[in-house]
Amino acid sequence: MEPGQGRLSHEHVPRRGLACRITLKTSVQPEVFHAVMLLRSPHLASEDPLPFELKGSLFTLTVLHLFKPDRTAIERYLAEKIKQAPSFFNNTPVVIDLEGMAEPRDGVDFKGLYDLLRGHGMIPVGIRNGSPKQQASARLAGLPVLPESRAASAAKKPERAEPTPARSRLVNHPVRSGQQIYAPDGDLIVLGAVSAGAEVIADGNVHIYGVLRGRALAGVKGDLETRIFCQSLEAELISIAGHYRISEQLEPTDRGKAVQVRLVEDRLIIEQLTR
Amino acid sequence: MATVIVVTSGKGGVGKTTTSASFATGLAQRGYRTVVIDFDVGLRNLDLIMGCERRVVYDFVNVINSEANLNQALIRDKRVDNLYILPASQTRDKEALTKEGVEKILNELKQSFDYVVCDSPAGIERGALMALYFADEALVVTNPEVSSVRDSDRILGILASRSRRAEQGDPPVKEHLVLARYAPDRAHRGDMLTVEDVLEILGIPLLGVIPESPAVLQSSNAGVPVILEDGSDAGAAYGDLVERFLGKDLPHRFTMSQKKGFLKRLFGGS
Repeated sequence: MEPGQGRLSHEHVPRRGLACRITLKTSVQPEVFHAVMLLRSPHLASEDPLPFELKGSLFTLTVLHLFKPDRTAIERYLAEKIKQAPSFFNNTPVVIDLEGMAEPRDGVDFKGLYDLLRGHGMIPVGIRNGSPKQQASARLAGLPVLPESRAASAAKKPERAEPTPARSRLVNHPVRSGQQIYAPDGDLIVLGAVSAGAEVIADGNVHIYGVLRGRALAGVKGDLETRIFCQSLEAELISIAGHYRISEQLEPTDRGKAVQVRLVEDRLIIEQLTR
Repeated sequence: MATVIVVTSGKGGVGKTTTSASFATGLAQRGYRTVVIDFDVGLRNLDLIMGCERRVVYDFVNVINSEANLNQALIRDKRVDNLYILPASQTRDKEALTKEGVEKILNELKQSFDYVVCDSPAGIERGALMALYFADEALVVTNPEVSSVRDSDRILGILASRSRRAEQGDPPVKEHLVLARYAPDRAHRGDMLTVEDVLEILGIPLLGVIPESPAVLQSSNAGVPVILEDGSDAGAAYGDLVERFLGKDLPHRFTMSQKKGFLKRLFGGS
């Protein structure tokens, strides 16, 4: 008998975990090992078929966007819809989405809604969105809360960003030594001078319609496309998205000139503005 | 209603107290009822410059703490009518200055005076903040030297953001530049900043240029505000400064070789 193989007969294999490893080594039944990993069931009979297996899958489900939890109105509209396409609603699983509720705080009678939909051939399988209170009452009625789909949340973002364009912050007085002015999300526009020892900072661009003697930092949240503009460059420091240059590193020929500063491949480029 | 004027600078030793004493004296000489308050609690100097140090009984902090009333603490100047001094306390520190206490005293003084001049301590801490908080106008004293200019810039920022006018959204504190210890020939040689340099950095209207002068030290030691020293250039410059403050349009003297360039600047030369 060869070591590691012989003393256990194949009849013993199904009952013991250790035996499984041996079966694998002998590579008799690789599919049994697969099942062990999946379910760790003690009843691993090579002869018996498995009672079940768990796997994830994606389904297309009909979503019912609820706007008003008004039972009679729902029933009336539902009857109308079914008349249009009777077979479509036959045993159709539906998810109830609460995001569009006109009064988001309204309580919803999920038990009543469930019965109503079942009565018309639909099978509610869960809810989506809604307040924590609504979700709790849905769970009580036996409806699980489904996570928001990734596609929906991804699609929503640009839609929300658009109606609120980044706002610029306008400063119409000189920025004095020791002052720090920050424009979150947008550009910073300074109409006066920025003194030595002052700091002007923006998530967007920095525009200075005066002498820049202090520090100017654009794109502090990492936007590489931002720029700094000033009427006269005498800065202590300029920085775009964390790439900076100090006063000493500025070209004497740029000093006192109207310039723009931008980032090209991790290098700060200073260009004189032609008039 | 009285006007409250703070004399401030940020940096020490630039001539705040000298300016406060001469400015207040000049206003009083011209008939305005004027009181000058020393906010430098713990480092009392104004009484020495004004020559009234031997008549101090009660002080600013005593009045704040209701240990004396204003009339007991105010010292009447012996040389100039309408001029009063409210000395600082030498034995206390700046923490004795409370916003409520200072406001109460200023309100009381405003009833009976035309001008209340607040001589600020150096720095940007409590004493300086209290001195400028209630101001309507500010004389920012600067020397033609980079660190002094930067500190004045800092004080201008504080005036614009932390004074009561700024906090309540009232019209801003009116700012005036006083350039003290100016030596035109040295500025011309490049040893000092010129008037133009300072104006370009600070960007506020110039009220007066006070020349570097031995008369300032002499009069300080004698306890006489330099504006009272007839024939001294610094005294004459302070006289002009007061006239300009009261609305007279006088050319700037004591800037010598800089004069032409400066006037060009003032009157719109490019």
